[in-house]
Amino acid sequence: MRCPEDFGVADSELTEIVVPNTLRDAKTPEERILQDLQRNGYDEQAIFAIKLALEEALTNAVKHGNQNDPNRQLTIRFLVQPRQVVIAIRDEGVGFTPELLPDPTADENLELPNGRGIMLMFAYMTRIRFNDAGNEVWMLKDLDEDG
Amino acid sequence: MEQPASHLIIKRAEGVSVVEFADRKILEELSIQEIGEELERLVESEPGIKLLLNFRNVDHLSSAALGMLITLNKKINERSGSLKLSDINRQIFEVFKITRLNRVFDIHENAEAALNVFNA
Repeated sequence: MRCPEDFGVADSELTEIVVPNTLRDAKTPEERILQDLQRNGYDEQAIFAIKLALEEALTNAVKHGNQNDPNRQLTIRFLVQPRQVVIAIRDEGVGFTPELLPDPTADENLELPNGRGIMLMFAYMTRIRFNDAGNEVWMLKDLDEDG
Repeated sequence: MEQPASHLIIKRAEGVSVVEFADRKILEELSIQEIGEELERLVESEPGIKLLLNFRNVDHLSSAALGMLITLNKKINERSGSLKLSDINRQIFEVFKITRLNRVFDIHENAEAALNVFNA
């Protein structure tokens, strides 16, 4: 999938990292992105938000998308600019339909142990898009749009 | 064989088990399962446990950590115990609010306030 048009970034500007499908290997791109955020002067609140969404997306890709299979891979593409961050994560799984997930904040679901990752990604990023298959997520954090 | 280092610092105060996390990264995905298991062992060792989780060393959170806390809370309630949380920083409290889990957990400003309620 190409970068969504309204994210305002050309695919050619993105850095791509491919790692084996383990939570430990997923730390490599995460640390790269967090270093770029520090270098670009993001404040503590923005870094907290982006780190949270990024870790949820990586965890979903490793566990649910790639089914913890270490022979599969994760593809991470990203660009950190002073006021805008784009991150894409693709796994090799069959995907899912985000709209079908139950609302974890509904009274009847409040005490379920799972199902909060996607809603936290939506809460903490400016925009989230999935490809049609549901095995690739694009996340935008835009400090100007967030206000 | 060397034992894995504990992720938790456990103290007793006025009949309450007060647990702090040993380092700031503890709630990341890689450690959550181990932390959950350590806390479950503590709960199993003391029926009717009064457990206070002090979050003062915690500056990050994940949905997996929230899931672990929910499972722990249920286990404690099943055993007629009680769980309270304290010293949650502003950003992390926001995560509890967004997920509405501030309605599930008994959250106090600081450990002293939580201990006072335990022993009221």
